[in-house]
Amino acid sequence: MTMRKAVNNLMLALCGLCAFLTVSSLFLILGYLIYNGGKSVNLDFFTKLPLAPGEAGGGMANAILGSAEVVLLASIVGLPVGFFAGVYLAEFGSKTFSFVVRYTADLLNGIPSIVIGIFAWTVIVVPMHHFSALAGGLALSLMLIPITTRSTEQFLLEVPRSMREGALALGANKWRTIATVIVPAARKGIMTGMILGIARISGETAPLLFTSLNNQFWSTGLSEPTATLPVMIFTHAVAPYDDWHRQAWAAGLVLLALVLLANIAARMVISRGVSLPK
Amino acid sequence: MATSSAAHPAKLAKRRFGGDEVAYCFTLLFAVSILVITVFLVWELWVHSSPARGKFGLGFLTSSLWNPVTDQFGALPFIYGTVITSALALLIAVPLGVGAAIYLSELAPPRLSNTLTFLVELLAAVPSVIFGLLAIFTLIPLMREYFEPALQSVFGSLPLFSGHIYGVGYLTAGVILAIMTFPFIISVSREALMAVPREQREAALALGATKWESTYDAVLPFARLGILGSVFLALARALGETMAVTMVIGNDPKIHASLFAPGYTIAAVIANEFTEASGDTYLSSLVELGLVLFALTMIINGLAQLLIVLTTKKGSAKA
Repeated sequence: MTMRKAVNNLMLALCGLCAFLTVSSLFLILGYLIYNGGKSVNLDFFTKLPLAPGEAGGGMANAILGSAEVVLLASIVGLPVGFFAGVYLAEFGSKTFSFVVRYTADLLNGIPSIVIGIFAWTVIVVPMHHFSALAGGLALSLMLIPITTRSTEQFLLEVPRSMREGALALGANKWRTIATVIVPAARKGIMTGMILGIARISGETAPLLFTSLNNQFWSTGLSEPTATLPVMIFTHAVAPYDDWHRQAWAAGLVLLALVLLANIAARMVISRGVSLPK
Repeated sequence: MATSSAAHPAKLAKRRFGGDEVAYCFTLLFAVSILVITVFLVWELWVHSSPARGKFGLGFLTSSLWNPVTDQFGALPFIYGTVITSALALLIAVPLGVGAAIYLSELAPPRLSNTLTFLVELLAAVPSVIFGLLAIFTLIPLMREYFEPALQSVFGSLPLFSGHIYGVGYLTAGVILAIMTFPFIISVSREALMAVPREQREAALALGATKWESTYDAVLPFARLGILGSVFLALARALGETMAVTMVIGNDPKIHASLFAPGYTIAAVIANEFTEASGDTYLSSLVELGLVLFALTMIINGLAQLLIVLTTKKGSAKA
């Protein structure tokens, strides 16, 4: 009996230890990044261009703008496609065809981001003959589409049946019911899914490596190679210069802060939105 | 047109307003676009890898020679690196993740459990390049100075733990992948455990089992498919993970017996060499590597989805 109790206590303690270790890694990451990045983030980081190795100072203003540009482009393409495909799955789809689309969306979501990068390279960079923000944005939109589709579908399906029936009983036809009752009811959830999707793609590096490439200067248009924060972190971190490492830490802190803030904001919205009557 | 509509007055009403059908066709278009994109993606990979496929055939998968100068390309070192780093990651992440999931679903009070799960989900949102950045400046020195010498002093006689210690290499990549994948294992396993009906636990406890015995003998077997699904999901993530691995793997296109040796993975070699690749054979070999990676992750992901679907159905049916 005491043996069984001892085993019980030991195993439960081990499980607790696992939980402690895994959760504490988040704080280690945050703490170390704030410690190192905090020393390097200053006004210059947000307003100046990167300097050549060896020169102290400089910033990543072009990469911040470039990231915003690429993510905005991805959102403009990816969010509507994902949203309407999600509406189809939740409201119109036949059983078999929906299954196929749903399964394909999950497959697309599971494709390694580097492979998405190759695809964007073959369809945009090769025909245009040079790297561009456009190719980067498109690559990211391909990652955003399945995320948006699945979350939109999920939140639409959570709208209570009685609301649909009420609208239909009042004589609204199906699309009017969807547009004026169901989608507004699921609005919070859908927005949350979209924000989480955007947060996820803003940190992606691999699809941008050979689509939007990188740029030490301001990019002059969508068809130009464009600097982005994640790619800048990569190139600066693997380079052998201390100054560049400091810039990489600063960029890492800024990127992580943005991504985590978006996540926390979105998840707070979700947890307030679940008060929907079932 | 008019006569056939007149025969079905109900259909006529629908057609005249057309709203539903327009909405149906409009959304269908976007749903179909997902299929088209996916098929097109596979097609593009297939077409752009054709020079390499024509030149090397199936030998591409079994050759371990990677020499851009002589235009000789083989995928084996990269496949080996990808598989070994992912296996190491699972070896570390599965016990940690399942243990943490058990704590979160069985032991922790609901409030604490929700808070910790929230933090774990935040961890899953950390971009992979940030893991790489941290790994370069913290994990690599730690591995080089402490963990790997310690392992070597105990297991040094095994080829796996012999040889020079660099800090970068298979083991370091495995550790960083483990940290990146356990959030997936935790959140999916926790869901699976929480879907286990209460009666399962109560019956075991009523028979005199301790908390651990009830968890191990009654709850875990019930959730095993879901947990297995989470492991496959984590495996698919680990196989396709690019940036963090690229930053710590050491970039050596050879197969080494030692886990301390620098290696290469499929995703890492594409990330490093794609923009520098000159010549058709070189480029298309890299694209073919992408195709191999795509196939690997698709198989694993498909299995994961299937397992997760199976358990959630089973769980909800019995609950």
